[in-house]
Amino acid sequence: MIEIRHLVKRFGNLLAVNDLSFSVAPGEVLGFLGPNGAGKSTTMKILTGFLRPSAGRVSIFGFDIEQDTIAAQRQLGYLPEGAPCYEEMTPRTFLQFVAAARGLKGEHAKARFQQVVETMSLQTVLDQRIETLSKGFKRRVGLAQAIIHDPRVLILDEPTDGLDPNQKHQVREMIRGLAKDKIVIISTHILEEVTAVCTRAIIIARGQVVADCEPQALEQQSKYHNALTLVFEESVAAQDYQNLFAELEPVASVVALEGDNQLTLFPRQKDQSMLLDVSQLVRDRKLPVTGISQEKGRLDEVFRAVTQEQAS
Amino acid sequence: MNGIKVIAERELRSYFSTPLAYVFILIFLVLSGVFTFYMGNLFERAQADLTPFFNFHPWLYLFLVPAISMRLWSEERKSGSIELLLTLPITRFQAVLGKFLAAWLFAGLALFLTFPTWLTVNYLGDPDNGVIVASYLGSWLMAGGFLAIGSCMSAASKSQVIAFILTGTVCLLFVLAGFPLVLNVFRDWLPMLVVDTVASLSFMTHFGAIAKGVLGLQDLVYFFSVILVWLIATTVVVEMKQGQ
Repeated sequence: MIEIRHLVKRFGNLLAVNDLSFSVAPGEVLGFLGPNGAGKSTTMKILTGFLRPSAGRVSIFGFDIEQDTIAAQRQLGYLPEGAPCYEEMTPRTFLQFVAAARGLKGEHAKARFQQVVETMSLQTVLDQRIETLSKGFKRRVGLAQAIIHDPRVLILDEPTDGLDPNQKHQVREMIRGLAKDKIVIISTHILEEVTAVCTRAIIIARGQVVADCEPQALEQQSKYHNALTLVFEESVAAQDYQNLFAELEPVASVVALEGDNQLTLFPRQKDQSMLLDVSQLVRDRKLPVTGISQEKGRLDEVFRAVTQEQAS
Repeated sequence: MNGIKVIAERELRSYFSTPLAYVFILIFLVLSGVFTFYMGNLFERAQADLTPFFNFHPWLYLFLVPAISMRLWSEERKSGSIELLLTLPITRFQAVLGKFLAAWLFAGLALFLTFPTWLTVNYLGDPDNGVIVASYLGSWLMAGGFLAIGSCMSAASKSQVIAFILTGTVCLLFVLAGFPLVLNVFRDWLPMLVVDTVASLSFMTHFGAIAKGVLGLQDLVYFFSVILVWLIATTVVVEMKQGQ
């Protein structure tokens, strides 16, 4: 259990974190979202004991991060932003160093080392200097050091930033594969990542929580939730059919871009699908429609809405 | 304890994974040779001792020690690895101490490798080896003092160049504090007690005493206090810099 109570962090006059409170329970994979400068990294640095808070409390499985720093840090695995490493070391010596510093010994240390090397597929680069590795490998070395002691809490600051789609996929698989009794906190501004791996999303802006819910609930806040997109045949001007759909009972509004062959229908009630009524109409009138798709919601739109609302 | 050892080991290893260690040792050996044999006239003095060799050590350390210490914290901060280091379950003081010990052991190794000079005087004559051992110890302790100052300066700046210059300057003050050049300035208008205090802070005063072969408790206490005070200062600086 991680508990954050009224956390405040000031850098001079800048208020980076402003009275932040939330808790995270084991089994949760928390996506920590927010625009750049919202205080995500600062919060993570306080959680890991790197920065001292200006006010407020953080406790990690009962250990206060300021009073019991070392005990709290033992619970944690941390991947700092940009995955900094000792570049002159090799993944082998670097991981052995972290294992030793984390107090792993003998056979157990060896076993854990083998395990993370396998999980992160580092076998081929073990004895190459880290500075010569590609960005993807460096990130994986960073992740490997974060999980080598099998921590109860894993804090990852932008773990997939700058990775190619395959590498992103691997990292997400790794996070999903973690035991279910762990706490994982991931900061990211890649929204798809949240729906892909997280069980909960917190959006912060200006150092405060502006949304805290399941990723699906976040999607439902979008005005595109349950919206339908109709694609007409190439030659058809979709605008001609705009009024026809607008008259349907569950449809609130219809948007068509000029010269486009698509219509977007917004529902009157968000939790209600318009699919049946719309498809009925298309079939009855034999309209030249080639495809209908229903949206779950657009996270980037919700993200903009909640973070800018806060700003204005 | 484990934390200190692990940090020191890693640090020491990193010296040797770059050319730094080899370049440093080479230059240290060449310069100490040059100082001893050419400028110190070891042969012409026709005395079997290492006085000329040790006399130059403070000056040699003045620009060589900052070269070891400047990277201790600056590099960590610049590369961001400091975030990794300080989130390991290790206290800040342990990290400071571990890094310092690595640098000190490394300086000790460089010093040890000057043993051929020692062998030379033993071959040529019959020196007082007790004095030489004491001098080596004194020199190593002095290097420790320089390094502790350097560790603090390195923690204060992200730039290794600035750390180098700051360390050199502060160390110079500590060396010069024992010279008549400085002491005479104070002597005219300050009470004797203050002048003695300034003189007693000097590396030279204490190194000089040990180099004569007298391993006095007060000199040992002096060097260990200097090291401890500067390491505590390093810890404070590391802590302070975090908040910025």
